[in-house]
Amino acid sequence: MSERVRIAIVGSGPSGLSAAARAAQLGLSHVLLERATHLSDTIHKYQKGKHVMATPSALVLRSDMEFGAGKREAVLDTWDQQAAALGIHVMYGAEVQAIAGEKGSFIVALKNGGQVAAETVVLAIGTQGNPTLLRCPGGDMGHVQYQLDDPGEYVDEHIVVVGSGDAGIENALGLSADPAQRNTVTILNRSADFARSKPANVALLHEAAAAGRLTIRLETSPAEVRKGELLLDTRDGQEIIPCDRIIARMGSAPPRNFIEACGIAFTGPDREALPVLSPAFETSRAGVHVIGALAGYPLIKHCMNQGYDVVEFINGNHSLKPADEPILAERLASLPGQRSVDQWLDLLRGNIDIFSDVSPLQLRELLLDSTVRSFAPGEPLFVRNDTGSSLFAIAEGSVVVEIDKGDPARIVTIGQGQIVGEVGLISGRRRGATVRAGGPVIAVELSRTAALRLIATVPAAGRAITRVSIERQILQMFGSGLTREDIAEVIDSAEVTTVRAGEAVLTEGETGNDILVIRRGSMAVEKTIGGKTVFLSYLPAGSYVGEMALLDGLPRSATVRAAVRSEVIRLPGDAFARLLERKPDLQRKAMADMAARRDINAFIEGRKEQFSSSVDMYSETAQFLVDNGLGEATDVLLIDETLCIGCDNCEKACADSHDGLSRLDREAGRTFAHLHVPTSCRHCEHPHCMADCPPNAIHRGADGEVVIDDTCIGCGNCQRNCPYGVIRMDAVPPKKPSLLSWMLFGSGPGPGEAPEKWRKAHAASDEVPKKAIKCDMCSGIDGGPACVRACPTGAAIRIAPETMLSVSRLAKEE
Amino acid sequence: MAGSPRQTGRQFDADHEGFLRHRRFRWLKRAALLCVVVTLVYALSDPQPRPNGGTWLGYALGTLGLILILWLALLGVRKRTMTRGAWSLKAWTSAHVYLGLALIVIATLHSGFQFGWNVHTLAYALMMLVIASGIFGIVAYATVPGALSSNREEMTEAQMVEALGAVDRQLEHAAQPLERRWIEQVMLALDESLAGDGLLRRLSARPRAGATMQAIAAFNSASPDEAADPAIVRVEALLQRRQAQLSRMRRHMRFKALLEIWLFVHVPTTFALIAALIAHVVSVFYYW
Repeated sequence: MSERVRIAIVGSGPSGLSAAARAAQLGLSHVLLERATHLSDTIHKYQKGKHVMATPSALVLRSDMEFGAGKREAVLDTWDQQAAALGIHVMYGAEVQAIAGEKGSFIVALKNGGQVAAETVVLAIGTQGNPTLLRCPGGDMGHVQYQLDDPGEYVDEHIVVVGSGDAGIENALGLSADPAQRNTVTILNRSADFARSKPANVALLHEAAAAGRLTIRLETSPAEVRKGELLLDTRDGQEIIPCDRIIARMGSAPPRNFIEACGIAFTGPDREALPVLSPAFETSRAGVHVIGALAGYPLIKHCMNQGYDVVEFINGNHSLKPADEPILAERLASLPGQRSVDQWLDLLRGNIDIFSDVSPLQLRELLLDSTVRSFAPGEPLFVRNDTGSSLFAIAEGSVVVEIDKGDPARIVTIGQGQIVGEVGLISGRRRGATVRAGGPVIAVELSRTAALRLIATVPAAGRAITRVSIERQILQMFGSGLTREDIAEVIDSAEVTTVRAGEAVLTEGETGNDILVIRRGSMAVEKTIGGKTVFLSYLPAGSYVGEMALLDGLPRSATVRAAVRSEVIRLPGDAFARLLERKPDLQRKAMADMAARRDINAFIEGRKEQFSSSVDMYSETAQFLVDNGLGEATDVLLIDETLCIGCDNCEKACADSHDGLSRLDREAGRTFAHLHVPTSCRHCEHPHCMADCPPNAIHRGADGEVVIDDTCIGCGNCQRNCPYGVIRMDAVPPKKPSLLSWMLFGSGPGPGEAPEKWRKAHAASDEVPKKAIKCDMCSGIDGGPACVRACPTGAAIRIAPETMLSVSRLAKEE
Repeated sequence: MAGSPRQTGRQFDADHEGFLRHRRFRWLKRAALLCVVVTLVYALSDPQPRPNGGTWLGYALGTLGLILILWLALLGVRKRTMTRGAWSLKAWTSAHVYLGLALIVIATLHSGFQFGWNVHTLAYALMMLVIASGIFGIVAYATVPGALSSNREEMTEAQMVEALGAVDRQLEHAAQPLERRWIEQVMLALDESLAGDGLLRRLSARPRAGATMQAIAAFNSASPDEAADPAIVRVEALLQRRQAQLSRMRRHMRFKALLEIWLFVHVPTTFALIAALIAHVVSVFYYW
């Protein structure tokens, strides 16, 4: 073992590299441990020539390494040169297995048997994770590999691919593509189908198998790896096949297991949870620090700044002002009170309940994604029906909520330290009430990402926000002059549960009197009539069900099933019944709601003879639409294929309204009874695309549309996260000649998206970064969505699911 | 549904009516009214020496018809110009259809039923040809889309080509172990392409005819011994799949062609009509 270094840095991505550079610059003894044979493996794995972006542009880069937007190759070259120039001590091929010892005398054990002694450890390993290993006996033999760089490398071999994901299928196809290589390729799938993979890949795989180029073995897993052969566990017992090479593509384990094995605590059990960190990035294990994406900051600049800062902290520089100091100072300058940044931070932490457990460093990061604003008395923080997903925390003063849209005089006051606007944050829907400053108010507006990060990193804040949001959702939903005190009993016993798509929360004929409030997602209400399931209605988030059984004491009259993965709040019926007794207004409202639902039930029952075929048709169509994601849609494009002449004018209009790129694929998508759901954004209520956007570039716009703004860095996360495949990555094409010059002189490619060839020939420069592109519902364009306006026959329509998916439509059409 | 939040957004006209029924036949009603009015005026007026294009009513009807024809021709521009604003191409199509049909009445009354072998009647004839092709288009638009949709069964054009290619690759592979005469049949079948590019060939291509059908027939007539050979069975099944895919694509192309073919008459004749109209108007004023 070499002599002990001051700092061992694990991972040479942007944060680790920046930390090592700082250590080298300060002359601290250090070692940078990198698993791969080159620096920055994640960026190295980007596709060739990819444009790396440098956002947020407002953030100052503070690092000894340079970084600016540019091609992957240029970024990596700069770093390689600077790492060499600074004399960073890198150890390649050093994968860390365990960290033993304590602060001052850690022993970092490497997979290759080596050891590194260090006083402190900085983990900058990112979130990429390690490939899942083959666990069976012999799984550690040399001919088991976890990556396939060049399928053309292997000839005359028996190769077994383990894993049924896209990576495994693509490897198997690559290895069997050229019969001249004479490889015998077998792919093993533990289950009976390839449900996790892209249908196109699965089709190619089956085709290759049908052509005899490879063998698919279903419900089969490796039992023992031996020299030259492989023992398999099949459905019908064990079997031995010849095997010279195993390519194991079984996904990767998130690094959490490793981090936890190092004795580091996380903020909670959720998948989104992050390691608990001190202001100096120190984990719950003294002397071990975590920075970078794993600390919750996925952008390169953030990471590099943290690398710099963590080494300064370790070196004893406790007075270091974070790189964001000037930004924060500027943001806070306009506020009354002439306070310094630190004074503001203390005030916010002291006054706002959800910030009480937040470290100053976390608060700084939160404020970078937030704004602190002062409001004059009476000035609105937000207005009813505004869209907005931000969360307001009141630092000084109090606000009034106008709870009744008909009567602005009916108000509820929310005091200093509390939060408002959490409903938009949780449900993604519009603001349910207008909130005005009750006097001079200073409030922090946290962006959705900042708020979600707060919930993920500070469990106490998360719990507080959840409770408040449930309380407010119920107050807002029932109205009727209820107060927090009235519903305290109900809230105390409320229970939030997550329901899988298709799972029933209420079953027709069962007894029970709980009230269910849909917090996220949506539900379909069904009733069995004459042995057939009739789709009664669709309930978006913010609706409640179950009041009928509570009020009339009869069994449940319908089944309520989750249309998509949803969250429901279960309010115990007995507590709710007591609340109804105390509140006659609420009782009347519940009775009225029940009467409306009874009418629908009676309508269906009454019409079942005459209208059975139309009711069937309606139910099947509604089910088809829900299966195709309308259950979480807020606005969706449908095409009536009895009218669609296939002219693709919708696609052309879309391209011509948006930089020359179409955001919809008319022909692709599912069809039922001539009702076609094209590949086009549904503007989901809880957009999957928003889940993991590093620059937070995806927002909900003023009309409920989900839009990607110009800060997109082209990482492709949203494209991968969208279950409907409606996001494409593409570069803005060059400008086309005018329509007139096309019509008169035939110049340019004409209306619609220009063909690839024309785009290449007329490109202004080589490097136009690819960005994520999706439907924005023609936001900001007068007249509304171009696809609908440009349809010559009226086949293209846009609908909101709650208007479409109600059986009462049948009554109107009668 | 009670208890549901209301979404308010930009309210678009999302009514689900086709172009013929647009706004409860708004343009049908307007066009019909226009026809009734001009017919009444024609019937009640008694121009001397006889009704024709040279009377005040003749000029009025002629001007109206000319403006209508020019406006109707602008649909092609409207369709391709994605400007902002609350216009709807469906409304334009609806108006185009009904006002175009109204031209039959307007132009006929304009002529005062005087026809001859001259440029005036040429313009009239061209207009009627444009309208007739348009009527064909309306019928196609009303009947073909449903069949087009059912036939493609959620497949896109690219997927159809892809699927045919996949069957062909499998056929090529599966035919290898067979005897030469079988391979020749399969090769002939593989050589059979769709139908060609021409619009007429696309219209006339018979879905179930050609080398693939012949190959299937040949395989069907195999001796019982041969028919029991799994390789033969497999190739025959693949040929059946190829034929099914081919038929689907031919039908798809025929439907698409039906939706387009009338435009090849409608649009060029419109330009000829406009040229003839210019000649008609100039000559009328020149010889006045």
